[in-house]
Amino acid sequence: MLTILFDGIAYGMLLFVLACGLAVTLGLMNFVNLAHGAFAMAGGYVTAVLMNRFGVPFLLTLPLAFAVPAIIGLVLERTLYKQLYARSHLDQVLFSIGLVFMAVAAVDYTMGSQQQMIQIPTWLQGRVEILGIQVGLYRSFIIAVCGVLVVALQFVLTRTRFGSRLRAAVDDPRVARGLGINVSVIFATTFAVGSGLAGLGGALGAEILGLDPTFPLKFMIYFLIVVTVGGTTSITGPFLGSLLLGIADVAGKYYVPSLGAFVIYTLMIVVLVLRPQGLFARAR
Amino acid sequence: MLRRTLLSAVGATAAMLALSGVAMAQETVKIGLILPMTGPFASTGRQIEAAAKLYMQQKGDTVAGKKIQLIVKDDTGTADVTKRLAQELIVNDKIAVMAGFGLTPLALAPAPLATQAKVPEVVMAAATSTITEASPFIVRTSFTLPQATVPMADWAAQNGLKKVATLVSDYGPGIDAEKAFTAAFTAKGGQVENLRVPLANPDFSPFLQKVADAKPDALFVFVPSGIGAQFMKQFVERGLDKSGIKLIGPGDVTDDDLLNNMGDVALGAITTQHYSADHDSAENKAFVEAFKKANNGMRPNFMAVGGYDGMHLIYEGLKKTNGEGGQALVDAMKGMSWTSPRGPVSIDPQTRDIVQNIYVRKVERKNGELYNVEFATIPNVKDPVKAAKSN
Amino acid sequence: MQSTTAETVRTGLSRRGRWGLGEIAFWLVAAATLFFLPERHLILNEIAIIGLFALSLDLILGYAGIVSLGHAAFFGLGAYVAGILAKNGITDPLAGLVVAAIASAILGFVTSFLVLRGSDLTKLMVTLGVALVLGELANQMSWLTGGADGLQGISMGPILGLFEFDIFGTVAYAYSLVVTFVLFVLARRIVVSPFGLSLRSIRDNPLRARAVGIPVNRRLVAVYTLAAAYAGVAGGLLAQTTQFVSLDVLAFHRSADVMLVLVIGGVGYLYGGLIGAVVFKVLQDVLSAWTPQYWQFWIGLILVLLVLAGRERLTDKARFAVKRFFGRFKAQRTDAMPTTSAREI
Repeated sequence: MLTILFDGIAYGMLLFVLACGLAVTLGLMNFVNLAHGAFAMAGGYVTAVLMNRFGVPFLLTLPLAFAVPAIIGLVLERTLYKQLYARSHLDQVLFSIGLVFMAVAAVDYTMGSQQQMIQIPTWLQGRVEILGIQVGLYRSFIIAVCGVLVVALQFVLTRTRFGSRLRAAVDDPRVARGLGINVSVIFATTFAVGSGLAGLGGALGAEILGLDPTFPLKFMIYFLIVVTVGGTTSITGPFLGSLLLGIADVAGKYYVPSLGAFVIYTLMIVVLVLRPQGLFARAR
Repeated sequence: MLRRTLLSAVGATAAMLALSGVAMAQETVKIGLILPMTGPFASTGRQIEAAAKLYMQQKGDTVAGKKIQLIVKDDTGTADVTKRLAQELIVNDKIAVMAGFGLTPLALAPAPLATQAKVPEVVMAAATSTITEASPFIVRTSFTLPQATVPMADWAAQNGLKKVATLVSDYGPGIDAEKAFTAAFTAKGGQVENLRVPLANPDFSPFLQKVADAKPDALFVFVPSGIGAQFMKQFVERGLDKSGIKLIGPGDVTDDDLLNNMGDVALGAITTQHYSADHDSAENKAFVEAFKKANNGMRPNFMAVGGYDGMHLIYEGLKKTNGEGGQALVDAMKGMSWTSPRGPVSIDPQTRDIVQNIYVRKVERKNGELYNVEFATIPNVKDPVKAAKSN
Repeated sequence: MQSTTAETVRTGLSRRGRWGLGEIAFWLVAAATLFFLPERHLILNEIAIIGLFALSLDLILGYAGIVSLGHAAFFGLGAYVAGILAKNGITDPLAGLVVAAIASAILGFVTSFLVLRGSDLTKLMVTLGVALVLGELANQMSWLTGGADGLQGISMGPILGLFEFDIFGTVAYAYSLVVTFVLFVLARRIVVSPFGLSLRSIRDNPLRARAVGIPVNRRLVAVYTLAAAYAGVAGGLLAQTTQFVSLDVLAFHRSADVMLVLVIGGVGYLYGGLIGAVVFKVLQDVLSAWTPQYWQFWIGLILVLLVLAGRERLTDKARFAVKRFFGRFKAQRTDAMPTTSAREI
């Protein structure tokens, strides 16, 4: 029972790591970036290539798995994305889906279409028993990383000057600009961080979810579910949302396996019908 | 006036079509290779395409005085697209044979066309037993899931396994494997517990926890090959290998294409299948070497060998019929036997399905790489489902 | 005052209801392909079906402002209903289409209540969820649907007892084209009716629409049901003309593709879906024949460039040029109309 709870939390945390970058771009900047998964995939491939071709240790690849997608994100934001902030959501969808297609084919061309594997270090493999619960080490690691991320993001967004500037820039870019806030720098930074977080999520998730060129399409739905269920106005919303989904999914599949596939979708529909803005959003 | 121009234009087009059709038929024999080249099953398509091209490169592109032309089409893994492409190839390109077909629905969708247009359909990958019954023009060079699964059940029963849990992806082939294994294993006095996993399921933890609770002697698993690696990792992560649960199943989980990168988690898995890149024969050594050389070091898997043998079957069939397609070609293919990289194989004249050896293999490290090392052979296995029907 | 406004609206609507030369030319070209492109009938059939499917999405997205990422739910249901009927002996194609339309309409009616509230994102996800649940149901109910193996053994009777489906796809294409045309004409009637006008005012400003006495929710439910029926017919056509149904009729990529098709062609404009279907399918066919592995890259690039170049601007320009060419576009817009009316039909 407790093991199931633990697995659910770990799964939820994994979903959160993958989706929190999207929570930032979609939730805060109000940009429908379906190419989010492509940044996650980029992070995963950075880790896989560094580990498998150059023998870099797993932990050392993680900062790079953050940095490389962040830089790609920054470049794309400066050149392409920034032209689309003012456009309709449909334009943004079309544009980012186009990017996904390009990323999928490009990765397929350069890396091949098969699954990429990574070998996590031995000290992260296996399980230990804590208070009678079997706990997977890698999953604990993910929970720890995720916990740090949530606290850090929440702190940055609510307690720092950057956070308040960002919120101001999102709420009303014109007024923010008038107040001397450099809106475009703020947006670029935020977007880069969002992409970097996606990359980090991709690197951490590769071990459990697998990694192949169709990754962005395969997991797009999950990212979107987490963000919409959690609500898009804060970072705690998606966090609690992903925990709820993770636990419900794992528990549902354990206790009623025959209905396992329906749990996450049904939960999403019910939540959104009852609370269209998401579970943890304040009504605006 | 307009009407007349229109009519004459139609007439001219029709005449041109007919002419080009005749001219083509005399010089080239076209083979339409329809595969999922993009999307989640792209790696299946790549393996088969690479193998087919390798075969043509080795054996030349002339058979019985006719030039062979291979037309590769991407069906994106969507059945109605497969059907449309097959129809276009038949109607416009006048192909003599269609081949490929990565998944069961993709092989079934064009089956009525094969019957209607009398174009042989060589199935190189899809593995549901019923496929060859959908049209008398379907010939298969891959395998059927029960064919690989029933020997697994026999092996498990002979080696003292009493209680086995099965874990399969909840879709056609998975259910096929589950049924075949359960029936064969319970018939030998074993005990089986069934679990099904949704196809889109990134995390196996709840199911593996159920397995851990049930404490079986072995876990029989079938998931599509791309997901197999994920499954293996999570199996080991949960410590199920250490708690003495053997991992058994048809060879999809230890796909040669991915096996070497899975790392030590795969060690010791016991599978039954018709092909391992490690198969010890001169034909296979030559095949593996040529395949790797042509494809940047990629190791051929069971999909590749299906494609390679499929091309061989088409070539040999055409030799027999002197380049003629249709019913004659299917008849020529029936009963044909040859030595494939996987070992001796033949086409069952009754069912048009492949008859082949099934090997019991164990994942081991060999010269620094992981391989499915064969340690027992069950010779000349026919598809058990159709064999049972005919008795 | 009251009566003159009503008068202007009435004449405005009826003027818009008239057929332009460009439109007539479009359908003439479509009909001509029946004779001139015999080799392409199979893909044209697919284009006609996707065009109809995109048209149905346009009814809710373009005219009523309901975004959906799960429109394949209705398409797939229609396909399965038509397929299962044919498999069980009801082989008349038209009867199959009618039943498929009714079944999808019922599903549309029931699920329409889920999409009345919430933001765009919420609607996207709810519709997506419905489609995913339906897809999983179809997978589990394999005794009825054939599950992952697909629904086999569909054999269709001749259309109206006269025309047998042939291997060249000519009858299939003619059939799909005629059905698409008839439904298009119907949709065209609807969008220039007062009902269509009220939908557009809901799309542009739901609050104000409610204030002037339009029953917003009832209208949305009605159009959602109608669009579902259209999608069901498109699905039914696919099942009947390919005589096979597999789970991917309900898959996510089906919903996403139709969205792309519609957005490429232009939203809120009945020809958008049809033109988008032609452009998207032809591009895909050409590119994937050229490079079967990597065609997606080029499609992606085209999408990105399309957006960057200004999709709206491009389609507007093209439309403007066409209309001016046929001398129909005159600056005679009446103020009683919603301002977006230049690109509404």
